Amino acid sequence: MDNAGRSSTKGIGKIIAASSVGTLIEWYDFYIFGSLSTIIAQKFFPSENPTVALLSTLATFAAGFIVRPFGALVFGRIGDIIGRKYTFLLTLVLMGASTFLIGCVPSYATIGGWAPFLVLVLRLLQGLALGGEYGGAATYVAEHAPANRRGFFTSWIQTTATLGLFLSLGVILSIRRIVGVEEFTTGNGWRYPFLLSIILVIVSIFIRMRMAESPLFAQLKKEGKTSTNPLKESFGKKENFKMVLLALFGATMGQGVIWYTGQFYAQSFILTKCNIEYEQANSIILIALLIVTPFFIVFGHLSDKWGRKKIMLAGMLLGVLFYRPIFQQLYKIADTSSKTISSEQRNKAEGRVLSSVVTAFSDGTMLTTNTSQATPNEKPHIKKDIILAEPGKWKMIGLIAIMVLFVTMVYGPIAAFLVELFPTRIRYTSMSLPYHIGNGVFGGLVPFIATLITTLPGTNHLSGLWYPIGIAALCFIIGSLYLSDKKINENPN
Amino acid sequence: MLIGPLVFILLLISAIQNINGSVKGDISNPIPWIIILAIFAPIAIGLTIFGWYSWKGEYDDQEA
Repeated sequence: MDNAGRSSTKGIGKIIAASSVGTLIEWYDFYIFGSLSTIIAQKFFPSENPTVALLSTLATFAAGFIVRPFGALVFGRIGDIIGRKYTFLLTLVLMGASTFLIGCVPSYATIGGWAPFLVLVLRLLQGLALGGEYGGAATYVAEHAPANRRGFFTSWIQTTATLGLFLSLGVILSIRRIVGVEEFTTGNGWRYPFLLSIILVIVSIFIRMRMAESPLFAQLKKEGKTSTNPLKESFGKKENFKMVLLALFGATMGQGVIWYTGQFYAQSFILTKCNIEYEQANSIILIALLIVTPFFIVFGHLSDKWGRKKIMLAGMLLGVLFYRPIFQQLYKIADTSSKTISSEQRNKAEGRVLSSVVTAFSDGTMLTTNTSQATPNEKPHIKKDIILAEPGKWKMIGLIAIMVLFVTMVYGPIAAFLVELFPTRIRYTSMSLPYHIGNGVFGGLVPFIATLITTLPGTNHLSGLWYPIGIAALCFIIGSLYLSDKKINENPN
Repeated sequence: MLIGPLVFILLLISAIQNINGSVKGDISNPIPWIIILAIFAPIAIGLTIFGWYSWKGEYDDQEA
């Protein structure tokens, strides 16, 4: 039985498109920072130690994620009091403005200490905006969808995070090719993906301005039944607070680590541990994402038939069981120590580059080893870039696609799952917080904590995986014991 | 119920060992540890409360 006031599926395509476009742009805005973290470290963080600079940037990246739960509270509250539509217009404006301004901040070399401070503030604003965006978009679509197809319709929103990553990588690679690597990394070319965002955001704002309010919320408001204090109702009353905790520890915590490990940590791993050349590494990620993205819809649809719980928990279990062997295989594909050298060419030293050796292997892999030194007093820095031959590249794509498949299993159904746990009057607030803690804190900190683990003595290139494996395993156990597919009473009282 | 405080205590011990430890490097930088402890403290409390609720049977009507 459909809810009173909820429209039929007619017109829902436009609603999904309008919500998704804005959400996708917000994810793009958020991800270009992470994807360009190494360049941002060099430009804004005053340290000659590249690992410290990277960690500082990851901390800034993590600050964007940590702030997301606060954004969830601030904008969730607004969304439950004033309405979904205007709240996620506000989040879009905030995200667009802060992203554009990041592209405008002068480097540390130009304005000194103000540079990292400004970047950090703008990153925090991005995190706040994103914290308010997702809950609104998922709630908005769900409140237009019939109950028996909610998984299918909300799964379109679920594609936007991955498509946002895809778009961010695509734009970065394209601009990098157009302006040249040198201009992109050492000049101002890296700014263009940030500046481009303002055009995308203006288009999204125009689309969203034409959207109507959610019918369920509009009816609630008409009847004078909206919440006056959604924060208190969500977290101050045990009946709802216990569901917030269950959503976090039984679902979003595991979903968050699976999401980030299968995409971001995989990207970081093949770049820094496997030493895959930058363009090839990101192409591998892009192709894997492209192949598997349709499965968000597949699993969202299947969750309408089979239930949300078993699909989400299956994705977590597969991650727990297969992450170590998959990452070990990725490492092995790029490991040149076991390959046969077919030729070696030493190139002339130039500028800061003391030596450059190009090694070709019998399977078609190419390894370029550059030793450089910024100043005579500095320790020489060795950089390796591996370009895989086609068979190796496609094996890597296949392995990453498998991990992204786990992502689609945990993430495809979760919007519908979260929406169904909470009543309309406090839905935006209640679902946003566990989602952004699970993804922002547990998931967003995967690269940071995994990097930290691998700096401990006695660890190896796979040790960082214990964090996501441990979290996903705990979530699987809690979810198995306590989650169900029971839905909240749909009457919006 | 016990996992929450246990994880937090383990993190605290790791932080103390690494910040004061003989191994110098990024792992001995107190800033990341402060961030991690500040974030995981309320989460550990939430996990403890969740454990308490489940022990009291608050989720029994949820089980499939």
